[in-house]
Amino acid sequence: MSYTDDNGPMMTMDGKPLKRSLAIALRRQKVRALLLISPLLIFVLFTFLFPIASMLFRSVENDIVSEILPKTVVALHSWDAESGELPDEIVYSAFAGDLQRAAKAKDHTRVGLRLNYEKSGMASLFKKTARQAKKWDLEADTSFKAKLIETHKGWADIAVWQTLKTHSSRYTSGYFLNSIDMRKTVSGPEFQPEDRQILVTLFKRTLIISLVITMSCILLSYPVAWLLANLPMRQANLLMILVLLPFWTSLLVRTSAWKVMLQQQGVINDLLVALGMIEETGRLALINNQLGTVIAMTHILLPFMILPMYSVMQSIPPTYLRAAKSLGATNWTAFWRIYFPQSVPGIGAGSILVFILSIGYYITPEIVGGNKGVFISNRIAYHIFQSMNWGLAAALGTILLVAVLILYWAYDKIVGIDNVKLGG
Amino acid sequence: MEQYGEYLLAEAQAKAFVEFQRVQKSYDGEILVVKDLNLAMPRGEFLTLLGPSGSGKTTCLMMLAGFETATHGDIMLDGISINNIPPHKRGIGMVFQNYALFPHMTVAENLAFPLEVRKIPKSEREAKVKRVLEMVQMGQFGGRRPAQLSGGQQQRVALARALVFEAELVLMDEPLGALDKQLREHMQFEIKRIANNLGITVVYVTHDQTEALTMSDRVAVFDDGRIQQLAPPDELYESPQNSFVAQFIGENNTLEGVVKEIANGVALVQLDGGGLIDCNPVNVSKAGERTRVSIRPERVEFKKERLQPGAHTLTAEVLEFIYMGDIFRTRLRVAGNDDFIVKTRNAPDQVRLEPGAQIEIGWLPSDCHALDA
Repeated sequence: MSYTDDNGPMMTMDGKPLKRSLAIALRRQKVRALLLISPLLIFVLFTFLFPIASMLFRSVENDIVSEILPKTVVALHSWDAESGELPDEIVYSAFAGDLQRAAKAKDHTRVGLRLNYEKSGMASLFKKTARQAKKWDLEADTSFKAKLIETHKGWADIAVWQTLKTHSSRYTSGYFLNSIDMRKTVSGPEFQPEDRQILVTLFKRTLIISLVITMSCILLSYPVAWLLANLPMRQANLLMILVLLPFWTSLLVRTSAWKVMLQQQGVINDLLVALGMIEETGRLALINNQLGTVIAMTHILLPFMILPMYSVMQSIPPTYLRAAKSLGATNWTAFWRIYFPQSVPGIGAGSILVFILSIGYYITPEIVGGNKGVFISNRIAYHIFQSMNWGLAAALGTILLVAVLILYWAYDKIVGIDNVKLGG
Repeated sequence: MEQYGEYLLAEAQAKAFVEFQRVQKSYDGEILVVKDLNLAMPRGEFLTLLGPSGSGKTTCLMMLAGFETATHGDIMLDGISINNIPPHKRGIGMVFQNYALFPHMTVAENLAFPLEVRKIPKSEREAKVKRVLEMVQMGQFGGRRPAQLSGGQQQRVALARALVFEAELVLMDEPLGALDKQLREHMQFEIKRIANNLGITVVYVTHDQTEALTMSDRVAVFDDGRIQQLAPPDELYESPQNSFVAQFIGENNTLEGVVKEIANGVALVQLDGGGLIDCNPVNVSKAGERTRVSIRPERVEFKKERLQPGAHTLTAEVLEFIYMGDIFRTRLRVAGNDDFIVKTRNAPDQVRLEPGAQIEIGWLPSDCHALDA
């Protein structure tokens, strides 16, 4: 019960504002709810969100050059990289000082490695020069330009200094440019040479193959989900176990099984030869190409399509079909006009799941994809584990994440995310 | 009630619109859900299939609609056997228990659907949808989705959808089951009015006996896969053919006993709990048979001046008096039966019986039916 002044706010019996009393009454509930989720929240924050954020940050972070060669970076400011002339003595002597300090601190390899992503040969150039640089007397010696060029003729190459200057800023768009087969130069972004262009192709291939996988999952899952939703309990449960069985089997086991099935001397080819459908010499290439990736990944992702479809279809009462038929619709019309539109939310949910999962898939394409069937994620893994170019890996990952978010947004605009049902 | 079915069959053969001929239905090959159903309906009749759940009434409706096949026998529509005609070609309108309005279509699209699949041109379609919406007083709701309508409104749309393609036969499967009492009563009246106006034939399934009595031209009472009685509502209520019908329709007092003699169309029954009464012999034929006697609570008299002179009466003890507004409901102990109910109208001169009082009760022999034990 509350009392109201002529035109003031609502008051409780004690004359406190009603809104404040309500807020106090609800605060305890809110605090308790927060306490209940806090362990998970903290866990996710420290093991998932922070690492991901820092990984994303690496895609633009570029402080190695400016940290290890600070004086050089400052001196290079006044040098016109496009003049076609080498930097003057000031730059060389600043560089000699920086390099000597870096060599003593054993930091020179880091700069060398960083710049090696941009121009090959930089790592060995730094390594060789640093060995000499430790011996120089910075106070007494002069003409470092001559000294450096004498140590390694690389220092007479304008391109080396251009690379150094281009990648000396603390933040860089270079990794993102690399991700789309471009590179940063003194005269602005330009395309990589033809033989180094691979990533855009990989992005395109990842998208197209993921779409193909999603489509084949829809085609294969729809009848199964329909059966699951319409069979009597006992048979439906049995079928459900068959659907889930691969789900409970290790991913590696399943993928390896496909390798056994699909290879040239594998089960399928042997069978086709035995049946006389193909020649011994004409064995089909089913694996180590895009077809292999599509087959294996469709199989692996099927449950992610079947389950949301099934849960939506299960909630469509069979009376709708009966009603449609009693109104004069043939079996096909009843299905197409009445049943199918109601099952679309299940298709949507399954497609989003399968597409997003497949776009970032790594192990299966790695094992069955060969050269032609690998995805962008395999390239990311390569840059993380082998080339150690984490900046590029982070940029590729960021692009992938943004692409997924854009697709999700587009889906929301076209179909409506409210129409997605994962259960019930 | 096989003879009854056959008798009707003969009488209605010429004008029958819907006919079940010796129809049997089994789902598992072991149990018959519908046992030898014979039924003939003239055009324009409002027939209700009434019965407890599992009595086979919905199965009959589904066989007529074409969603179940008859295991044996023929179902005829307008003189033609429809056993092998698929549901979508039968042209029978149907209202489902939970309406089954298509949730992804608007009301107007729902109504246009049966016209669309019949390839009726768009302008004609729109006119028909508009007309039928007006008929169920839902004119402004064409653009809404079913989820935006109340239960009663959905009910009206479902009805309109079953009528829009001008089906001559409309089936309704407990269409009012989901509505509250007041709305249900209103819709009963509405459905009856529309059916009368259009002159359509209706087969209506319900387990609510009040609904069956108020709406129907005839009621078929189902139990155990058979029609126990097929009769107009008043006949059903006042002259039940057996004790199941007497029990199922309306409130009923039951006394058990043995037939002592049958003379001049009146049976004298010796009650197990003591006492002799006169009854109308319905399905007893000779002395010595066990019988179950049925009397409606409102036909019991206890005022001296209204008891028939010379008729048999019974002594009763008043156990409970319940005031129910329009009526009084008094529970008596009669011939060892503690649940004997008397209903009296709440009139200014009405007697309110006191618990503990000893009274004499009696009734007209024609109101008291001696049925099967």
